[in-house]
Amino acid sequence: MRLDMADRQLIDRYQRDLPVSERPYEDMARALGLTEEEVIERLSALQEQQILSRVGPVFEHSQAGASLLAAVAAPDEQMDLVAARINRAPGVNHNYAREHTYNLWFVMTAPNGDILEERLDELEHHLKLPMLRLPMVEGYHIDLGFDIDWEALP
Amino acid sequence: MNLPATRQDQNYLFDTQSISAWGLLRLREQLENGLPLTPRPYLTLAERTGLTEQQVMLAVSQWQQQGLIKRLGLVVKHRTLGYRANAMAVWNVSDERVSELGKALAASPVVTLCYQRPRRLPDWPYNLFCMIHGIDRNRVQSQLEQLVLEHGLEGIPHAVLFSNKAYLQRGGRYVSDR
Repeated sequence: MRLDMADRQLIDRYQRDLPVSERPYEDMARALGLTEEEVIERLSALQEQQILSRVGPVFEHSQAGASLLAAVAAPDEQMDLVAARINRAPGVNHNYAREHTYNLWFVMTAPNGDILEERLDELEHHLKLPMLRLPMVEGYHIDLGFDIDWEALP
Repeated sequence: MNLPATRQDQNYLFDTQSISAWGLLRLREQLENGLPLTPRPYLTLAERTGLTEQQVMLAVSQWQQQGLIKRLGLVVKHRTLGYRANAMAVWNVSDERVSELGKALAASPVVTLCYQRPRRLPDWPYNLFCMIHGIDRNRVQSQLEQLVLEHGLEGIPHAVLFSNKAYLQRGGRYVSDR
């Protein structure tokens, strides 16, 4: 999807360090030579087009609560069905098909580890499929949002 | 000892105990949906949570300093933009080497996430995970080959799991229920 210069600049500049001030969008507008209204309109449009999932904080999961990467091995012809069931489970926020015997990979979060285990147990019971539970042991990369290579995009 | 004025200032700035615990929980719940796109988003959040605009801004700043919020900004859906080739590369690295190697791989500009997770034998022998968000499959393959060469990973058992579909992608909901 092609974006104009102003949208690209918004994304390049504000994947991190969004101002915490009374009028943050006005501050951003000033830095980019736009108006506050334009910034808000552009952000709304980018959200609507599913280019941004949101404007806002990314929580550090080790402090924010419990979180876990899990995978199930679904029969090929049932993948969409199983994926939909996973999406309905509480706390699921990412769910991808991947090329492997374990072909559905999802992240589940919960306020604490006990609730997370309960939710996974319940889901596993429903799906009746083998499930990998892979909590993070150590993270080596801080998510700062990575620079978009605009020129290389289709 | 005449400290009350200073004490109060400090409380106001950095002691979230002076803000109601319920208010803070509601604020976190609201923040998990993102910052409202209103001219004064922190005021909007204040109205939704029963806090003041100042309290909301202080809480957000403090959470950033404490690391609960690791990033405040635009969260991009890379797939919509055209990053269609998302690969999860996994290796089975010896426990002694995994930390050192993880840090080295994380420093590579093509690696967008990198972490250690437990093996689940016999089904899952891999303990080091790297994500590469790439534009097309061939490019990602060659980026991976480059990584393998640079970090001497030849001969280490590995797998590459390309993702061909995202069924769901959104922010983590830690405190809000669905």
